[in-house]
Amino acid sequence: MRVGDALAIGTYGLRSRRGRSALTAIGIAIGIAAIVAVFGISSSSRADVLAQIDELGTDLLMVRPGDDMFGERATLPVDAPAMIRRIAPVTAATAVSSFDADVQRNELADIQNALDVLGAETDLLSTLDGTLDEGVFLDDGSSELPTVVLGSVAAERLGITSLAASPTVSIAGAPFTVVGILDPLPLHPDLDRAVMIGVGAAERFLEAEVIPTRVYLRVEPEYVEDVRAVLGRTANPAAPNEVEVSRPSDALEARARVDEGLQRLLIGLGAVALVVGGVGVANVMVISVLERRGEVGLRRALGAARHHVALQFLTESALLSTIGGVLGVGIGAAATAWYANRQGWQLDVPLEVLGLSIVVALLLGVVAGLYPAVRAARLDPATAVRPTS
Amino acid sequence: MSADVEWLPAALELRSVERVYPGSPPVPALAGIDLRVESGEFVAVVGPSGSGKSTLLNVIGTLDRPTAGTMHIAGAEVSALSDRERSGIRAEHLGFVFQQFHLLEGADLVDNVAAGLVYRGCPRRERRRRARLALDRVGLSHRLAHRPPQLSGGERQRVAIARAIVGEPTFVLADEPTGNLDSVNTDVIVELLHELHAQGSTMIVVTHDKDLAATFPRCVQMHDGRIVGDRS
Repeated sequence: MRVGDALAIGTYGLRSRRGRSALTAIGIAIGIAAIVAVFGISSSSRADVLAQIDELGTDLLMVRPGDDMFGERATLPVDAPAMIRRIAPVTAATAVSSFDADVQRNELADIQNALDVLGAETDLLSTLDGTLDEGVFLDDGSSELPTVVLGSVAAERLGITSLAASPTVSIAGAPFTVVGILDPLPLHPDLDRAVMIGVGAAERFLEAEVIPTRVYLRVEPEYVEDVRAVLGRTANPAAPNEVEVSRPSDALEARARVDEGLQRLLIGLGAVALVVGGVGVANVMVISVLERRGEVGLRRALGAARHHVALQFLTESALLSTIGGVLGVGIGAAATAWYANRQGWQLDVPLEVLGLSIVVALLLGVVAGLYPAVRAARLDPATAVRPTS
Repeated sequence: MSADVEWLPAALELRSVERVYPGSPPVPALAGIDLRVESGEFVAVVGPSGSGKSTLLNVIGTLDRPTAGTMHIAGAEVSALSDRERSGIRAEHLGFVFQQFHLLEGADLVDNVAAGLVYRGCPRRERRRRARLALDRVGLSHRLAHRPPQLSGGERQRVAIARAIVGEPTFVLADEPTGNLDSVNTDVIVELLHELHAQGSTMIVVTHDKDLAATFPRCVQMHDGRIVGDRS
C-alpha cells in the first residue's frame, strides 16, 4: 500500500471523531509542551548567563593567598603585583588590600554592617571593566586624600544614594568624603560590599600596613591557561603552594548549571505527563477498535489483510500522537518565548529538542497503538460484519 | 464443444464443505455442502434462521474458513490459503453487500465506494473515477459529495451495492440486502440487483424472503446446514 493511502486511511478515524481526537492529542501536547518549555527556558537562561560572562570576560584571573602548611591564612609578598605585571601576556594587574576597620555613616552610628574596607589602586575599576553609578573613581590625587568610593551594596547599607549633599562616612573614626558609587559588579559581589580608599590614604589616615590580599589581572585570552600555570610561582616564589588562583567567571558559569536538579525534576514531570498521554492514546484506540468492529469487518470484506488493518490503527495512533507533539512543541515554544521576553532574555530554543520531541511523540503513538492495532487485526471478519446484537 | 465446457472451471465450486463451530457439543453450521455456481448466475439462498445460509455466504466470501472440504473460486483452491492471500481473493474477486450497509459515515459517497479499491493497489485518481461510474450505475451520480447520514436507507444500500460492483468482481455476495428496508425501497433494490445481473454480474443473495427469492432464476434452499433444494 502507498504511504499516501495509508495516511489517508489513518486520518479517516481521526476526522470522523474530531472532538475525541483533539482531547486525546492534548494529553500528549501537555507532556511535550512541558518538556520543550523546560529545555527552552533553561537554555535561554543559560544563553543569557553565558552572554553575560562573555561580556564580563573570561580573561580575568584572581590571585589571593591560600593557607600555609599549618592551615593558617598565608600572605602574598608585597611585590607580588609587580611580579605578576612582568608576565608577558598579562595586560593589566591591580592589587587590593583589606584593612581591619569599621565603616559607619558617621561617628555616632553604631551599626554592624559587615562592610570591608579595601585599599585600591587607581586602575582597579578599569581592570575589572566596572562602571560608576555616580561620581568618579580614585585617581592619583584623591588616593592620597581621605576620599572613598562605595560599592553598590555598601552604598545602600550606608544609606547613601546620591553624592549631591557631599556625604561622608567614618572609617575607623576618621571622616572620608564619598567621591563615587559603583554599579554592581556581577563577577565580584565581594567588591559590591566594600568601601575603597586609596593606598596612600590608608597608610596615612588608618596607619595601616599595605599588604596585597588580592590581585586581579587581565590576560590575553589565548594565554589564560599558561598564565594560570605560572601565577603561583610568580606571585610567591618562596611558597607557590600558598597562592590561590581562580577565574571569577567560572563561579558564574557554575551558577548557570546549579538549577540542573530542578530542570531534571521538571523534565521528569513532563515525561510522566507524556506517559499518561500515551496511555490515554492507547485507551482511546482500544475503545475505537471496539466501536469500529463493523468498519474493520467491512474493510476485511473489501480485501484488507490483517496487516492492512493493523497498519490503519497504528497510523491513526501515531498521527494522533504526532499531532499532539506538534501542538505541544508550539505551546512549549510559545511559553518559552513569553517567559524569555518577560525576563529580557534572548530566546534560545534548541531546534534538536523540537525535532526530537516530535519524534518522541510519534514513537509514543506507535507504541500506544501496537496493542489496539493487534486487537483490530485479530478481529474475526465473519463476526465483525455481523450486526451487533 | 460441450466437452470443452466441461473442463472450464466453474466460477465457484464447493465440495463437501463443512463448518463446525467449536464448543461442547460442537455446532455443525454447514454439513457437507456441494455447490457449483457458474459465471453470470443469479442465485438466491433461502432458509429459516439458523439453517446456515449466512455461514455459507461467509465461507464463500472467504471471511470464514471451512473445517472440511474444498472450495475453488475462479479456479483457485482457497480454503488452504493464508490470510493475506484470501484478502487478495476478496479484493480481486468478491463484492459484499450487507444488511446493515456498513458505510463509512465520515466519508463522502465517492470515498465510500472507492474504499475497497485501495486494497488492490489502485491509485487514488483511478479509484475515484471508477467510484463515480459505479455510483452512476446505481443512480446516485447527483449525490457524490453527500455523506451516508444524509441518505435514506434505500439510497445507502445503493451506495453499498455500488461499492460491491466497483471492482468488477467475479461475484457479488449479498446478505439480506433488503432486511433493513421498507417495501418501496426493497423493490428499488431488487430491481437494481436484477439490472446488474442483466449487465453481467454474478450474484449470490442470502434472504429469508420467499417472495424475493421467487424472482431469482435459481434458488438454493437450506436447512440444518444442508442444501435441501436447488431450483433453477
